Amino acid sequence: MEFVLFILFAGMTLTGAILMVALHNLVRAVLAMILGFVGLAGLYLLLEAEFLAAIQVLIYVGAVAILVLFAVMLTQRVSDPNAPVNNNQAWLGFTVALGFFGMLSAVFAPLKWPSLPEQSVSTVENLGKQLIGPYAVPFEAASVVLLVALLGAIILARE
Amino acid sequence: MDILKLIYDPFGSIGEGLRGLLTQLLVQSLGLPDWTVTLIMLIAGAGFLVAVATVTMMFLTWLERKVIARMQDRLGPNRAGLYGILQPVADMVKLFTKEDITPSGADRVIYNLSPMLVVLPSLLVFAVVPFANHVIISDLSIGFLYIVAIGSTSTIALLMGGWGSNNKYALLGGMRAVAQFVSYEIPQVLSVVGVLLLTGSLSLGRIVYAQNYVWFAAFQPVAFIIFLLASVSEANRTPFDLPEAESEIIAGYHVEYSGIKFALYFLAEYINTFAISVFATTIFLGGWQGPYLPGWGALLPDWLWFLLKSYAVVFVMIWMRGTLPRLRIDQLMNLAWKALVPLALVNLLLTGVGLSVMQVFGWKLNDFTVFPSLAVFLVLNVLMGAGFLAVFKPAHLPKRKVVLVSRSRAFEVTTTFTGR
Amino acid sequence: MVPLAGYLFVSAALFCIGLYGALARRNAVAILMGIEMMLNAAVLNLIAFWRYINPDAALTGQAFAVFVITLAAAEVAVGLALIIAVYRNRDTVVVDDVNLMKG
Repeated sequence: MEFVLFILFAGMTLTGAILMVALHNLVRAVLAMILGFVGLAGLYLLLEAEFLAAIQVLIYVGAVAILVLFAVMLTQRVSDPNAPVNNNQAWLGFTVALGFFGMLSAVFAPLKWPSLPEQSVSTVENLGKQLIGPYAVPFEAASVVLLVALLGAIILARE
Repeated sequence: MDILKLIYDPFGSIGEGLRGLLTQLLVQSLGLPDWTVTLIMLIAGAGFLVAVATVTMMFLTWLERKVIARMQDRLGPNRAGLYGILQPVADMVKLFTKEDITPSGADRVIYNLSPMLVVLPSLLVFAVVPFANHVIISDLSIGFLYIVAIGSTSTIALLMGGWGSNNKYALLGGMRAVAQFVSYEIPQVLSVVGVLLLTGSLSLGRIVYAQNYVWFAAFQPVAFIIFLLASVSEANRTPFDLPEAESEIIAGYHVEYSGIKFALYFLAEYINTFAISVFATTIFLGGWQGPYLPGWGALLPDWLWFLLKSYAVVFVMIWMRGTLPRLRIDQLMNLAWKALVPLALVNLLLTGVGLSVMQVFGWKLNDFTVFPSLAVFLVLNVLMGAGFLAVFKPAHLPKRKVVLVSRSRAFEVTTTFTGR
Repeated sequence: MVPLAGYLFVSAALFCIGLYGALARRNAVAILMGIEMMLNAAVLNLIAFWRYINPDAALTGQAFAVFVITLAAAEVAVGLALIIAVYRNRDTVVVDDVNLMKG
């Protein structure tokens, strides 16, 4: 059962990602990206990280994808539909990516990984306590980064 | 006494009966594994939910038209069936028999996918709502976050519809919908965070149990109002219906849709309306909990309390639609960013203050010490409300002038006002 | 039963697809999308390692994942603002055409 779900979600994720880089229509590419994000949320659920699954859907599907979609729609006015979507180094990029994937696989495939531990103590309460306990400083730093990003985005995008 | 049990706990009784029947049939007779029963029960539950949602939507359209008509001194639908109750059925038949149009130049995949995707999130959010005691499809520990996350995906479908239609009004409507949704999501979530702090959990089941003594609407009246306004805005209902304003952008993102696809948009909209009232009921109005008589038990069945409260909130929303004119886009954004978000943040801060007071004295939500804490929260909320009104007083708005004239002088007065 | 290598495989594939997208696309928004995919691959790795290697109450992997997601959101906001600004100035989002600094 779990394996079937894993195949399903992994397939969703990879299909979405591949379509994202392959589709020529950028709006469709963003929609494919959303499919990938939803698949990832499913994988997080399988890994018993419910909070992160919800956050994934909330932030990536609900916010990031929407922002990207907006940007695509705002900047597509003058683009020529017949213009090439890839630059002239696309084949080089493909080789690099494929080579990197081969390298990564060669590194982690032969290793002996531990099998799944029986239980986890993943609760929202636990995560909250961790975030305001041991991770309080990074947490605050992240909030400052968010504030700066907010202000920066407003200033940059302003006329 | 079986009848009484059936009335008070219909889901439990029917579910138990169905489970027993299925177990007998599948596991004992056919020798199938146990999980097939669970699977069939889950599918049956989902099917039941979809059926109820459709019926609710049809009833809501009738209710809305009837109530609005009464507010506008009309009768409303009254031809099909008793009091026009069959009007939605007639409307459905009409919609299903209409021609299905795809505009030329539309992005076919996106255009046809959008109506399906728009219904999905509005149905999915009901999975974590406790309809009665122990009647909940899945009491997730991240319940509220689940609602927010799933709810936020509906904007994608709206934007897809707007973009795929290849119509500038549809695109404008879709963009407006997204801008509005993103803006109002913040006060909506922030207003509930106070309740989450009080409960100490994101699970909707536990939020309902925490309101055993006092509703959170009494603890957090300001947050309740913020939540209601923000939610009405998220459902694109009047007075926040700019994304589908008929008089401005000819109904926005679903302008090109017809027939069953339009029906799906319509369905999603009314389910969203109902979902809002359900969430307001669950989070702020005590959910399925009603008054108990000592020694006799609940006054009314749980599910009836739940429905009564939900429909009361629905009525308030219809009332708003019947009363208030549509906002302008700048007023809409100002309300979200300059009024609701700061107010929700202050509410969060004061909830923290109230909680520390409760902690210092050892007061709890689930015994009689809830009443002094309620007093503390009420004082804080009154202070907050007064402060808000003092800071944001609408003094700069031009006062509307009301002039009483006799009918014979009406023309004269009109000409003076328009200056012609 | 899914082995950890399965998740690592998905993560590596996702990273490389994102890498290809970031390297090959001409549109700046598409490049940003590729970078987002790579960040997502990292998050998947963090969570998979947390679940399989060290699933204790410290939730280190999940906490890190939360930070990565936060920073990714900030990055998208600023990145898209930059792209919009470039589009306003140069009327293009194709990175090959934004070559004012090139000699």
